[in-house]
Amino acid sequence: MTDSDTDTELRVSKIENGTVIDHIPGGQALNVLAILDIDGSGGEEVSVGMNVPSNRLGRKDVVKVEDRELSGAEVDVLSLIAPHATINIVRDYAVSEKLRVSRPERVVGVLSCPNANCISTAGEPVDSTFDVLDDGVRCGYCDTIVREDIAALIDPA
Amino acid sequence: MRHDHLIGAKQLSRADIEAVLDRAADFDADPAAFADAHPDALLGLCFFEPSTRTKMSFDTAIKRLGGDSVDMGPVESSSVKKGESLADTMRVIAGYTDAIVLRHPSEGAAKLAADFVDVPVINAGDGAGQHPSQTLLDLYTMREASGLDDLTVGIMGDLKYGRTVHSLAEALTTFDARMHFVSPESLRLPRNVRFDLHESGAVVKEHTDLDAVLADLDVLYVTRIQRERFPDENEYRAVAGEYRIDAELLADARDDLTVMHPLPRVDEIAPDVDRTDHAHYFEQAHNGVPVRMALLDSML
Repeated sequence: MTDSDTDTELRVSKIENGTVIDHIPGGQALNVLAILDIDGSGGEEVSVGMNVPSNRLGRKDVVKVEDRELSGAEVDVLSLIAPHATINIVRDYAVSEKLRVSRPERVVGVLSCPNANCISTAGEPVDSTFDVLDDGVRCGYCDTIVREDIAALIDPA
Repeated sequence: MRHDHLIGAKQLSRADIEAVLDRAADFDADPAAFADAHPDALLGLCFFEPSTRTKMSFDTAIKRLGGDSVDMGPVESSSVKKGESLADTMRVIAGYTDAIVLRHPSEGAAKLAADFVDVPVINAGDGAGQHPSQTLLDLYTMREASGLDDLTVGIMGDLKYGRTVHSLAEALTTFDARMHFVSPESLRLPRNVRFDLHESGAVVKEHTDLDAVLADLDVLYVTRIQRERFPDENEYRAVAGEYRIDAELLADARDDLTVMHPLPRVDEIAPDVDRTDHAHYFEQAHNGVPVRMALLDSML
């Protein structure tokens, strides 16, 4: 095990089947849940560890979701706020796959442009499109660059 | 140049720009010689915002090429008023015309239009975004006045919302120009334009005071500080007068300084500048026709 995984395991329970997202920057767990469209109303079983010690990140968050595996689009968006996250697919209490997120060149239909004057926010029949930069994202329509608080752009729809 | 659409200045290489300017010089020299160049071409003029120069020069350009135009007319009397999306409006007009010239108040509108049609779309201004055909006529004017090599260009005024500035700055990176941006702090270049200039390796300096650079400039490109952008009238008043030039101020400039402005001006260039050899802004507006003839000729 790496980091303080043992400590983490003590804080959040093991799951039988589902996904463990580890090495999320401290304080971003709720945004990860937003990306996964989890707000508790769907009855999902979720465990969250926030600001637990991490050798690599100093402080990290961990999210465990029962009976849920992430889609490619979800992993893409996750990479924008948690570029060092690891995704463990758990089956029958054992990690069956361990994935690292990788930043895509572009994300489509998952973020909303913060520029109120951008045509992509005007009710036109298009999906938002953002190019992924080294340190942020750039709207494919109006060119607005966002570097801070990208999680706030996640389109709740 | 051979592009399906003209959305932003970034898509123009130096070779693209020079090809249009060279062709524009041909049209400028003898417009009558090209009266049958595109006899069947029909241009759609879709202006969702007011325009005098851009709209009339495109209209004139297509007619001087032997073609014709259809005009969507004011938004108030179009189906837009009934809630039609831009995407639908563009698809309908693309069915009537061979190319569309689009001005729209939203950034990215031309990009969106281009996604929905199979005729060329020319961005004639999208909100505070881009205005690439204006840039081509700006460069044509600069080339006529000073050449385009080894230029020191000052760009002053509303750099944040000024779409002509954004396009011009990006196009100038292909000519290795030294650029000085002069504006109030609150109207500095937006982050995305600064990012692109940095990525291209452009030599760029930002100032709040024209005096710091005036004597070094080959070209001074002035834009209107747009009163309507300021949430507080006092804030506007605090900066507006600071960015006005007059003949007396230009006494400190080089004799061959070229002063340009995309127009309309309000009070940022005093009328006494009109009588100096520095003034090139009316000639700049005139150049809209041959440059847009060349642009249309390359895209139709």
